[in-house]
Amino acid sequence: MNETISFTLNGKEVTVTTEGERPLLWVLRTDLGLTGTKYGCGEGTCGACTVVMGNRAVRSCIVPVRSVRNREVLTIEGLARNGQLHPLQEAFAKHDALQCGFCTPGMILNAYSLLLRKPEPTYEDIVSGMEYNLCRCGAHTRIIRAIEDAAAEMKGAR
Amino acid sequence: MNDDKLQVAEHGRDESLYPVSRREFLQGLGGGIIILFATGDLGQGQQRRGERPDFNAYLRIGEDGRVTCFAGKVELGQGPMTSLAQTLADELDVSLDSVDMVMADTARCPFDAGTWGSTTTPRFGPILRAAGAEARAVLIGLAAVRLKVPKEQLAVKDGVVFDKTQQSRRVTYAQLTQGKRIERHLEQAPEIKTVGQYNLIGKPINRLDARDKVTGKAKYTGDIRVPGMVSAKVLRPPSHGATLTSLDTSAVDEMEGYQVVRDGELVAVLHKNPDQAEEALKNLKAEYDIPKARFDDKTVFDYFMDNAGEGRVTDNAGNLGSGRKLAKEVVEETYLNGYVSHAPIETHTAVAHFEGDKLTVWASTQTPFGLHRQLTRDLGMPAENVRVIAPFVGGGFGGKINFEQAIQVVKIAKIVKKPVQLIWSRADEFFYDTFRPAAAVKIKSGFDNSGKMVLWDYTVHGMGGRGAKLFYDVPNNRTTLHRELRNGERQHLVKTGPWRAPDNNTNSFARESHIDVMAARAGIDPLEFRLKNIQDEKFRAVLKAGADKFGWTPAKKSPSGRGYGMACGFDVGVPVVLFAEVAVDERTGSIQVKRVVCAQDLGLVINPEGVALQTEGCITMGMGYALTEEIHHSDGRVGDLSFGTYELPRFSWLPKIEMVLIEADDEPSKGAGEPAIICMGGVLANAVYDATGARVFQIPMTPERVKQAIAARA
Repeated sequence: MNETISFTLNGKEVTVTTEGERPLLWVLRTDLGLTGTKYGCGEGTCGACTVVMGNRAVRSCIVPVRSVRNREVLTIEGLARNGQLHPLQEAFAKHDALQCGFCTPGMILNAYSLLLRKPEPTYEDIVSGMEYNLCRCGAHTRIIRAIEDAAAEMKGAR
Repeated sequence: MNDDKLQVAEHGRDESLYPVSRREFLQGLGGGIIILFATGDLGQGQQRRGERPDFNAYLRIGEDGRVTCFAGKVELGQGPMTSLAQTLADELDVSLDSVDMVMADTARCPFDAGTWGSTTTPRFGPILRAAGAEARAVLIGLAAVRLKVPKEQLAVKDGVVFDKTQQSRRVTYAQLTQGKRIERHLEQAPEIKTVGQYNLIGKPINRLDARDKVTGKAKYTGDIRVPGMVSAKVLRPPSHGATLTSLDTSAVDEMEGYQVVRDGELVAVLHKNPDQAEEALKNLKAEYDIPKARFDDKTVFDYFMDNAGEGRVTDNAGNLGSGRKLAKEVVEETYLNGYVSHAPIETHTAVAHFEGDKLTVWASTQTPFGLHRQLTRDLGMPAENVRVIAPFVGGGFGGKINFEQAIQVVKIAKIVKKPVQLIWSRADEFFYDTFRPAAAVKIKSGFDNSGKMVLWDYTVHGMGGRGAKLFYDVPNNRTTLHRELRNGERQHLVKTGPWRAPDNNTNSFARESHIDVMAARAGIDPLEFRLKNIQDEKFRAVLKAGADKFGWTPAKKSPSGRGYGMACGFDVGVPVVLFAEVAVDERTGSIQVKRVVCAQDLGLVINPEGVALQTEGCITMGMGYALTEEIHHSDGRVGDLSFGTYELPRFSWLPKIEMVLIEADDEPSKGAGEPAIICMGGVLANAVYDATGARVFQIPMTPERVKQAIAARA
């Protein structure tokens, strides 16, 4: 059964008419044409599809689109403001915290939500917060460095 | 300038074998300077098939001064988009941001065999440099005429040629190429820059694709949208070897917006949305005939060894009988390594779009030209009517040499006459993967009173010999590979294929474990034992540099309890040594890797940052096959179809990683994408032994296996 679902996506109101059970991931990628959010497993085990809902990182492949009704969703496309990269994006680029880049949007958004909860994370906070976002290329050490760097940068800006 | 040395060749060849004709290829490029060049290894491969190309990459300096490099290589994450641009910019003396890379498009780039085996930097790089040098020479020649200054008096910086004696006399590459059309075919390499002349080579450069990848703009195959496109999901058979005996599609046929297609064993559901196509698969009723398998992932090793065919001796020196006589002690052990999956985060994906008599395929593949060749042959289409593009690829590791998903989607698109996108599910990815083969390595070896090895009899079952060639100096040695069974049957029941440094991970695990077993029996420190038995100076330098960095000291007793291990390896011309420190929880059998030091000799390093990234990637990924990753299967059913049971390395596993590069700027460049991974099994097994006194003969070293080894220790 189709439902009409409105929510805020990257700061803009959007409305989709589709089956409410469908995963948010595919509604974003197909109906809404935002392909920055990646499919990696469809089971919530890899984190490539991570988006931020409210202030919380969620795995959009297992979130029914119905559950974002009237909520705010942030995807990788909405992170840079006015062409200005977010400090996390800058730091990931600066530290080469990626190789193939396929897990990167999910990594960045998971880190974004981590920093909302813990603006001054310890190394252990970062490791445990990022633990279940998988990277196959092995960019992990740089991802940690990038998050540390971004946290410091954001603290300076506050 | 090398005018006289340069031969501008006339080329007679069969245009039909090319994706696009040479003429078509070069038309539409506009003016500027075009340098065509051929890489040696590809030339040979082509020659064998009677399709010798006269060039397989080219670059152009446009009338706007921008440089475009067209190359058939694929950006899988290993960084060629950056390192090739860096290489070319240096040789041409232009800024890095004036270079555009066009890669992996069969209609725009000339033939390339594929992106694998750490060949991009060592083989493609030097020819690209030669082409850059040639283009620079042409431009300097033009500038000399324009400025009326002898060539020797000219220098170039950032794409501007100037008179060294009077810098205001200058002309840009753009001004020089304006209105010109110069085509050069590079047959003899011109002089390239040497150590001391580089501007960019050897400098750490950030990835050029980073901005697109951190903003979500980077396009992968799954991000391709073609008007009218539908999504397909394939019905995965329950096992390898299964045949479809009946199929009832009626439940899906009745659903609006869905379509079922079948082509032999290939069954797919189509819908405009991939998630809905996948849901609908559940409504298909399929029955299969599943044959009994001869072995499973546990019995495979004995099966291979008990039913071994004749084998092929690949190395043989001295006399094994004399070796046995000289030996103070003979040590015989067998080492096992299971099936592993490539598990890239991007699953195999492809889009097929037929338009009239033309076909365009986008595919996440390491072999766009191989796919092009197969499609052309399967469909009986003229080569120039088929175009294959590999956009950004989300990891390959050898697994995307296989392009089965593209073959499937083309079959489907041909039937439904619409553009179709196929994204393998994670379970599909695990199931259809070409796994790294399980293999057993039997080693019988001996050492004399002085700790010198005198016997090495090395037998491999189940895989090939990359990394089996011995770099220790043993006078009496033999290496035998068994890749067939006694009755001539193929060994593996599931598909197998290259996995990052194929064979070498298993060969190095076996060899380096065994070296430590011998060192312990001989009562000699593992580093000293290796130095006693390796003469090669380069290798010794790497060993010593790594040991220094790690701070290796001989232990008072063995095992020392420190949890220190080391392992050597040799891959794609690179000597590599790893040192590691681990902690083992004897109660749970779990292993924490605390520190890894990697020493390697990569020759001239183009991008130290890229090398560091690749090396860290090797070490991190290598922990997976050493500790957890293993594909279970029985009766052709794959037991691990998700990350729930197939465990990849995660953040909490990270050791402190340090590296040492031997300075060798005057040596040719080597690829860094594979060597460091080959020692991970061996170095961790040796460190676990040093920590616990338990020798683990099978990787991955799961907690279960570690506990068994602890229970069995002497």
